[in-house]
Amino acid sequence: MKLVDQAQVEKKMGRRLINNQVFKSIFLIATLFSLVVLGILMYRIFTQGYEFLSADFFNNFASRRPSNAGIKAAFIGTLWVMGVTIPVALIFGVGTAIYLEEYAKKNKFTRFIQMNISNLAGVPSIVFGLLGLTIFVRYFELGRSILAAGFTMALLILPVIVVASQESIRAVPGQLREASFGMGATKWQTIYRVVLPTAIPGILTGSILAFSRAVGETAPLIVVGAFAYVNYLPDGLLSTFTVMPIQIYNWASRPQTDFHDLAAAGIIILFIILIVMNTVAVLIRNKFSKRY
Amino acid sequence: MAMSSGQSIRDLIKEKKAKNSSGRLVEKAVPVILLLTAIVSVLTTLGILYTLIVETVIFFSQVPFIEFITKTEWLPFASGDENKVYGISALVSGTLLVTLIATIVAVPFGLGAAIYLSEYASDRVRRIVKPILEILAGIPTIVYGFFALTFVTPLLQKLIPDLPFFNALSPGIVVGIMIIPMIASLSDDAMSSVPNAIREGALALGATKFELAIKIILPAAISGVVASFVLGISRAIGETMIVTLAGGSNPNFTFNPTETIQTMTSYIVQASTGDAGFGTTQYYSIYAVGMTLFVFTLLMNILAQYISRRFREEY
Repeated sequence: MKLVDQAQVEKKMGRRLINNQVFKSIFLIATLFSLVVLGILMYRIFTQGYEFLSADFFNNFASRRPSNAGIKAAFIGTLWVMGVTIPVALIFGVGTAIYLEEYAKKNKFTRFIQMNISNLAGVPSIVFGLLGLTIFVRYFELGRSILAAGFTMALLILPVIVVASQESIRAVPGQLREASFGMGATKWQTIYRVVLPTAIPGILTGSILAFSRAVGETAPLIVVGAFAYVNYLPDGLLSTFTVMPIQIYNWASRPQTDFHDLAAAGIIILFIILIVMNTVAVLIRNKFSKRY
Repeated sequence: MAMSSGQSIRDLIKEKKAKNSSGRLVEKAVPVILLLTAIVSVLTTLGILYTLIVETVIFFSQVPFIEFITKTEWLPFASGDENKVYGISALVSGTLLVTLIATIVAVPFGLGAAIYLSEYASDRVRRIVKPILEILAGIPTIVYGFFALTFVTPLLQKLIPDLPFFNALSPGIVVGIMIIPMIASLSDDAMSSVPNAIREGALALGATKFELAIKIILPAAISGVVASFVLGISRAIGETMIVTLAGGSNPNFTFNPTETIQTMTSYIVQASTGDAGFGTTQYYSIYAVGMTLFVFTLLMNILAQYISRRFREEY
C-alpha cells in the first residue's frame, strides 16, 4: 500500500497554508485595530484633560475663562435628568415586558407592539429630540425643562429596557410558575412574588446599561433645548438646565485649545460615571446569575 | 375541619373567593395597567409620525415640494426671503458621503474581526476581546466627535496638506470606527451559530481554516452578516454628534470627501441651537429634514429585518 507522501502534500498544500497564515494575520490586525483606537482615544483624553481635573473643576460653573470653568451645573443637571428618566423608563419598560411575556395573547396586536418596539430601537436619537420638542416642550407646555428632557430620554431608552426585561422574564423557568400556581397563588401573585424577583438581576443589568447610554446621549437634549451656559443649579423639575455631554460639546466646539482641554476633563468625569455604572451592571450579573 | 359544620368544599371555595374579592380586583386591574404601559411604545411611534408629518406639511405649505427634492442648495439662513433655498439633496449628499466613508472603514474591519473571533480565536481571547468591543460600543458619540476633531483631523491634515479643518473624511472614518463593534459583534454571533458539525466536515475534507471561513461559514451566516452591515449603515446615517463637531456646517452638494459638508443630523442640531425661531420656515425645516432622516433609517431597518428573516438558513 502506498502511504501519503508528506512532501507532495506540502507541495500541493503549501500555497493554501500560506494563504491561511496570511489571512489569519489580516483578521487579527482587523481585530486589533479597534483595540488600538480605543487605547489611543483613552490616552489622548487622559493626557489632555488631566491637568484640569481638580476640586475647582467640580465646584465651578461654566465660564468664559477656561481656568475658571467647571462642570458643576452640568453634573447636577445630569443627575436631575436621570432622576426623571430612570423611574419613568423602568416603570414603562418593565410593565411592557411583563405584559408581553405574561399576559399578551399571541395575536396580531401583540406582534404589532413587538414589531413597533424593535423599530423604535432603530430610530435615530435626534428624531426622539424632535418628538420631545413638539410633544413635551410645546404641546404639554413643559418648556425647555428637566421634566421634558427626562421624558424624552425615557422614551429613547424604553425599547432597550423592554427587550432586556423580556429576555430576563422569559428565562424564568416554567416550573417556578407552576409551583406557585399549584400552591394556590393567583397570576399576579405569581408574577409579583416569584417571576419578578427571579428576573430582577437581568432586568437591572440591562437597564443600567440603558441608563449609561442615556447619560452620554447628547443630540436629543440639544434639540429639546438644554442650554450650555448655565450658571445656577436647577431648583425644580421645570427648571432649565444643562447636562455633561452638552457642556462637553459646547467646550469642544470652541476654537481655543484651552476649552478642548476642559472638554477632555469633562469626558474623563463622564467616563468615570459610565465605568462605575457598567461595573455595577457586571457585578449584579455575576452575583445573581443563577442557572435553573 | 370546617367540613364538620356541614360545609362542602364547594362552599369553602366560594367563601374564600368572597374574602378575596379585593384580590380579584387587583387580578383584573393589573393586566389593564400593564397593557397601558405597553401602549406607550405605540404612542411613541404615533407621536413621532404625528410630529414629523404635521410640521412637515406646514413646511411644504411654505416651500414647494419640487424645490425641496430638486434644488441642490440648502440656504435656510440666507438674508432675504427670496434668497432662501431649501434643496434637501445638499444635506443628503453630505450624509451619504459620511455614511459611505464609514461603511468603507467599518465593513472590512468589522467583518475581519468577526471572522477572527468566531473562527480563529481561542475561548480566552474571545472572552477578553468581546467585552473590550462592548466598551467601544458604549462610548458616547460626543467623545468620538471630540476624538475626530482633536486627533483624526490634525492627523489627516498632515497627510493631506490642503484638507480644511472641517471635512467629510474625518467624521466618516470615526463614524466607521464607532460602528465596527456593532458589525463585529452581530456578525460574530451569526457565524458562531453555524453548527460545529459543518466546520468539522469541511476540515475533514482538507479545507484550511481560511477556506472554511470564507467558503463555508460566511455563506452559511450571510443573512446575519449582511443584516449587521445594514444596521451599521443605518446607525451611521442617524449619527449626530461626530458629524456636527467634525463635519462642519456648510451644506454642500458634493461627493468629495475633503470638502466641508453638512449632514441632515448636524443641520437639525445647528437649527435647534438657536438659529431658528419658533414658527419660522427654518423651524419647520428641521422637521422636514427629520422626516427625510426618519424615512432613510426606517427603510434600512426594515431591510435589515427582511434580510435576516428571508435569507436565514436553518440547521
